[in-house]
Amino acid sequence: MKQFDPGEGASIASITDKVRPLAVGMPISSVYFLGETAVFVGAEEKAAIVGAGGEISPVDIHGGAVLCAASDGARVVTGGDDGKLVALNAKGEVSVLATDAKRRWIDNVALHPDGAVAWSAGKTSYVRSGKSEEKTFDMPSTVGGLAFAPKGLRLAVAHYNGVTLWFPNMAAKPEFLEWAGSHLSVTFSPDNKFLVTGMHEPALHGWRLADNRHMRMSGYPGRVRSMSWSAGGKGLATSGADTVIIWPFASKDGPMGKEPAMLAPLQARVSAVACHPKHDILAAGYSDGCVLMVRIEDGAEILVRRRGNAAVSALAWSPKGSLLAFSTEDGDAGMVEL
Amino acid sequence: MSELTSQKIPVTVLTGYLGAGKTTLLNRILSENHGKKYAVIVNEFGEIGIDNDLIIGADEEVFEMNNGCVCCTVRGDLVRILDGLMKRKGKFDAIIVETTGLADPAPVAQTFFVDEDVQKNARLDAVVTVADAKWLSDRLKDAPEAKNQIAFADVIVLNKTDLVSKAELAEVEARIRGINPYAKLHRTERCKVALADVLERGAFDLDRILEIEPEFLDAGDGHDHHHDHDHHHGHDHHHDHSHSHGGLKHYHDEEMQSLSLRTDKPLDATKFMPWLQNLVASEGQKILRSKGILAFSDDDDRYVFQGVHMMLEGDHQRKWKDDERRESRLVFIGRELPEQMIRDGFESCITT
Repeated sequence: MKQFDPGEGASIASITDKVRPLAVGMPISSVYFLGETAVFVGAEEKAAIVGAGGEISPVDIHGGAVLCAASDGARVVTGGDDGKLVALNAKGEVSVLATDAKRRWIDNVALHPDGAVAWSAGKTSYVRSGKSEEKTFDMPSTVGGLAFAPKGLRLAVAHYNGVTLWFPNMAAKPEFLEWAGSHLSVTFSPDNKFLVTGMHEPALHGWRLADNRHMRMSGYPGRVRSMSWSAGGKGLATSGADTVIIWPFASKDGPMGKEPAMLAPLQARVSAVACHPKHDILAAGYSDGCVLMVRIEDGAEILVRRRGNAAVSALAWSPKGSLLAFSTEDGDAGMVEL
Repeated sequence: MSELTSQKIPVTVLTGYLGAGKTTLLNRILSENHGKKYAVIVNEFGEIGIDNDLIIGADEEVFEMNNGCVCCTVRGDLVRILDGLMKRKGKFDAIIVETTGLADPAPVAQTFFVDEDVQKNARLDAVVTVADAKWLSDRLKDAPEAKNQIAFADVIVLNKTDLVSKAELAEVEARIRGINPYAKLHRTERCKVALADVLERGAFDLDRILEIEPEFLDAGDGHDHHHDHDHHHGHDHHHDHSHSHGGLKHYHDEEMQSLSLRTDKPLDATKFMPWLQNLVASEGQKILRSKGILAFSDDDDRYVFQGVHMMLEGDHQRKWKDDERRESRLVFIGRELPEQMIRDGFESCITT
């Protein structure tokens, strides 16, 4: 974009000229679409709402660092080091959902499609759903990640040495899936059959929920910070290596005994992945700032952004899949219409 | 390296047994008018009497790495907190991590060796241990944590010196030196120490490993301390004993020792590196700290390394200067160090 870079092959198809640069003016840690409106979440204090016409409106959301964010398509909910849990909608309206009494950091947040919200501060997880009372649950160690199951009100809480599955509205004892180590993120497969965690060490761990069989997914040079399920949940695309690693989940055994697909190799680590909501296409951002679109079937690549200074920290597709938004850590953001 | 190092935020680890004066030192650092802003990671809110939105409570959650090594423990809470703090880069100049009085400093230090993201943004500056001049000698006998904290220290703030006699002070200093002769030692009352002596020391900086000279000389005796170092270690340590050189007592700690090795002859890198790696792999539980400056044969660069238990990091540092003695020096501080084995192994790496 900014400079001609002869280092990258001329043969690769490019849509860099179609990208609309967005001067969001702050370091960015994630991006979400609410309809056709993109919400760029800053590393601290603010978010930037970008309308379909490219107009940018900054919004104050926290009094310090923004530590976590999630979206259910209708709102973006963020947690901060100011102890607040904040919801933001596409109109830029901000509402405080919760304030930690001790001003502890809100480390994690997850949203359920039917409106429930879960968050954590230290070892304590909270769930608020519909009109029912807020429920809390203490873990033996600090919560690393939260995820709602796609069906029912069931929350996965990742922590040291495993994941706890909690039904906030049932008296039943939570189920504990054990695996030694520190689990920092967690996600359910869209068909509700598998649970995968990103660990502190460069590896994923998975469980088949029917029988709690373990799946070890290792071999990464760096920690996996970004995971995205492909359309229909057939594969789990991940960051952490110098290619996009996609683990196969289409069969009942998931990735057990199978090799992952490795697409779009570059001389840089993949730092963010986002699968297209409808087609077998994904967007991958790299530690050198490069953004590619990749066809999962054959690995064909299209260049969206040339490499720059900082790593890509945010990537998202609009719900219809017609818009792709991205940003680097230092706030070099853009959007492209396909 | 300097360019990159300077962008990394320095982290000072503040340890010390219960009641030694950590909170006093912390309050001093935070209240003194030094024009710097510190983010402070504490284990108990409320003890700090200063309002600062960059004071963060931690849980000292230690977990074992999944690499089959029991001493490869890291502070998971620290990984998370540093990650969050990095979003506010530019809002503070340095980070101080306070540990509880009973904490082993190793997991904190190892966090900076193991975690890629932590390493990218922050660097361990020094382990500062506050010690109570009146009670430390007793604690060294009955509290293994207190001994660990002394052994690990780059800087020791020997506090409450006004509560002891000169003889008692000499005694406790000798005990400290018996465990760790390499740390900078400052005698204080109510932790009154120049902050420059505690913060931004660069003790974990590979560039500053040169400062591994033992500090016996600072204590006032002028005799050749190389000799002093080498001769203690040949005999069995059945009990604490002391002996005197020029009025200064030298103690041996039964359990915790330091060992220094040096040679004028170049080392064979193809022998030394595997030897060092095997040594820390097999004896790493006993070795708390290791540091060294190395002169390899056929290599014009100084090689420096440092380690915590089984974890090592090292790099070529710079060219040897023409007027510099090409000497290799290593230091190990640890518990029941297999001294003869280490000496023999080191000897076998010297080119002949």
